[in-house]
Amino acid sequence: MPERRENSEPILEVRDLAKHFPLTQGILFKRQIGAVKAVDGISFDLYPGETLGIVGESGCGKSTVAKLLMNLERPTSGTVRYKGEDITKLSGRALKAVRRNIQMVFQDPYTSLNPRMTVGDIVGEPFDIHPEVAPKGDRRRRVQELLDVVGLNPEYINRYPHQFSGGQRQRIGIARGLALRPEIIVADEPVSALDVSVQAQVVNLMEQLQDEFGLSYMFIAHDLSIVRHISDRVGVMYLGKIVEIGTETEIYEHPTHPYTQALLSAVPVPDPETEDGRERIVLEGDVPSPADPPSGCHFRTRCWKAQQRCAVEEPALALPENFADTLPEQPVHHPSACHFAAERTAVIPPSSR
Amino acid sequence: MTLLEVRDLHVDFQTRDGVVKAVNGVNYSVEAGETLAVLGESGSGKSVTAQAVMGILDMPPGRIPKGEILFHGENMLTMSKEERRKIRGARIAMIFQDALSSLNPVLTVGYQLAEMFRVHQGLGRKEAKARSIELMERVKIPAAKARVNDYPHQFSGGMRQRIMIAMALALEPDLIIADEPTTALDVTVQAQVMALLADLQREYNMGLILITHDLGVVADVADKIAVMYAGRIVETAPVKELYRAPAHPYTKGLLESIPRLDRKGQELYAIQGLPPNMAKVPEGCAFHPRCPAARDICRTELPPLAEVDDARGSACHFWKETIDA
Repeated sequence: MPERRENSEPILEVRDLAKHFPLTQGILFKRQIGAVKAVDGISFDLYPGETLGIVGESGCGKSTVAKLLMNLERPTSGTVRYKGEDITKLSGRALKAVRRNIQMVFQDPYTSLNPRMTVGDIVGEPFDIHPEVAPKGDRRRRVQELLDVVGLNPEYINRYPHQFSGGQRQRIGIARGLALRPEIIVADEPVSALDVSVQAQVVNLMEQLQDEFGLSYMFIAHDLSIVRHISDRVGVMYLGKIVEIGTETEIYEHPTHPYTQALLSAVPVPDPETEDGRERIVLEGDVPSPADPPSGCHFRTRCWKAQQRCAVEEPALALPENFADTLPEQPVHHPSACHFAAERTAVIPPSSR
Repeated sequence: MTLLEVRDLHVDFQTRDGVVKAVNGVNYSVEAGETLAVLGESGSGKSVTAQAVMGILDMPPGRIPKGEILFHGENMLTMSKEERRKIRGARIAMIFQDALSSLNPVLTVGYQLAEMFRVHQGLGRKEAKARSIELMERVKIPAAKARVNDYPHQFSGGMRQRIMIAMALALEPDLIIADEPTTALDVTVQAQVMALLADLQREYNMGLILITHDLGVVADVADKIAVMYAGRIVETAPVKELYRAPAHPYTKGLLESIPRLDRKGQELYAIQGLPPNMAKVPEGCAFHPRCPAARDICRTELPPLAEVDDARGSACHFWKETIDA
C-alpha cells in the first residue's frame, strides 16, 4: 500500500543483485566456457506489510531471486540489505539470526514436506534450530496454535503428510514458515500445484495472515491473475532482469513495457464477452537461452518495436524519457526498461480500463 | 450425423480399496468443426472419459460396464480390436499435456512423424520424410528442413507441443482430443499454441474436445462446455451463457473463486472443503458437502441432468434459483 511506503523504511533493499552459474567443460581440468546469467542485476525494495509480486515465464530467474533472498545461493555480485545490514556477507551465527526473520514457502507441498516426519515434527522443527523462540516444554502447544492459525485441526499433530490433501499440505508448509514469527515470507509459486477451488482458500489464508501478523510477502509466481490479486506492487522479470516495476494498478492497467503488454494480452480471461473486445499480441518464438542472451535489450528478439538502438544500448530500468514530464501521481509514471516505452491499453480487458 | 456421441458412459477401476467409479453416466456430443471443452478439477473423470473415447484406457484395472461411444453413428465399444486400431490415430487423434514424455527420446522427430505415414498409409521412407517436413511447416516450426533430424530434447516446450499437434494432424483426423494441451507451457507460448490449434481446426473442419481445468482458455476457444464433478457432468451449456449465468453452484463457485486479471477483488470466494475421494463419493448430489445452497433433498437424492433450455443442462435440484441468483 502506498501510504505504508511513505512513512516507513524498506525492510529489504536489493541492489544490483546478480547470480551467474558457470558453465564448464572438461573432466579433470574444468574450465569455464560461459555462464548462465540467471539473475543479471536487479534492484528493488520491500516495505513492511506489503506484498511485492514477481512475475515472469519459466527460466526468467524468479526462483533464483527467491534463493538469493534466503541466502540459499551466494550472489555473484550485488547486495541484499535487511534493515540496513548486507545479509549476503553474513555467515554462522549472524546469518542464523537473520534467517529467523525471513522464511520461505515452497511450491510443491508434495516434496517439500518430509514424508517420515509427523506434522508436529515438521512444524516444530524450526524451534530445534532456534530454541530461543519456544522453550522445550511449550513447543507442542505452540505447534497446535500454529495449526489452528492456518485452519488445520490441532488434533492432526501426529499425522503424516500423506494423510493430507494438497491444499492442507500447503497449509502445513505455511505453518512451518510462520513458526519463528518472521517478518518476511518469500513464497515461490505457493499455489500453482493446487486445484482451482483450493487455490482461493490458500490465497485467502495468506492475506488473512498478513493482516494478522503484519508480514511482508515476496510473492513469486507465473500466474498474472493471482499475482495481481495478492500484490501491492509488481515487478515483471524477463531473462534475469526486471523490465518493469510499479504498483498493481500501474502494471496491470497502464503497462508501458512491450513485454508486460504481451504477457498481459496473452492471459485468457474467463469471460467470453470481454475476450471478444480485446487486442491480442502473440509473440513470435521462444525465450532465448540465459546462457547467451541477446545484446542490448534482452527482449528485442521477440519485440515488434525493436530497432537498431535496442541491439546496442541496454535500456535501464528507470522512468522512460517520454514520460519524463508526467507527474508522480499519474499511473504511467513508473520505471520501465524500454527505449520506446508507450502506453497501450487495448491489451487489457475493457472492464478494468 | 453427429461426429461423436458419448451415451451414458460408465468407467470403473478395480483397486485394493474397492471399486472406484471414475465416470458415472456421462453424455456429450461433438459435431464437425465444433469445440467442446470438458472442464473439471483433478479426479473429476475428464481425462478418463477421453481415454475411453480414444480407446487407450488400461483394461484391467479399468472396465466399461455400461455405455456407448458412437463415432459417425457406430458404437466403438462393440468393435473388434482391429477396427478400433484403424480409427485410433487416423480418424481420432490425441494431444497430451506433457510433450516431452509423449515423444520417444531416442528417435528423431522426423522419424516419429514419418512413422505415421509409413504405418497407416504405407508410404516409402523418402516420401514419408517429405510429408513430415511439410507437416512441420504447417505447424510453423522454423527451418523445418534442417530440424527434421533433431531429437525431442533439442526443441523447446512450445516447439515440442507443435510437433505433438503435427503428429495428431498427420492423417487428417475427423476429431482431435486435446488433454490439457497448454498447461505445461508459459502464457505467451500458450497463446501461440492455442491460436495454431484453432486455425488448423477451422482449416480441416475437425471436431475438437478440449480437456482443461483452466476457465480462461475455455472462454477463448470453446463453443460449448461440459463441467464435470465426481465423474458426472454437472452442467453443460454454450460458452457465453455458462459464463453469464451458471446454472450449477459448482460452476458458479469456480467462476467466483479464480482471481481475474481484469479485476482487483477483495477476498476471493472459496469453495469450502475438498473434491471427494472417488472411492467414497457422497450420497445424493456429490457436491452437497461443499455446496452453500444444499438442502435435505440434496443429501439423499441424486439430481438428474435437467434441461434448462434446448442447449443447456444442469444437474442441480435448484438450478432455477442458481441461475437467477
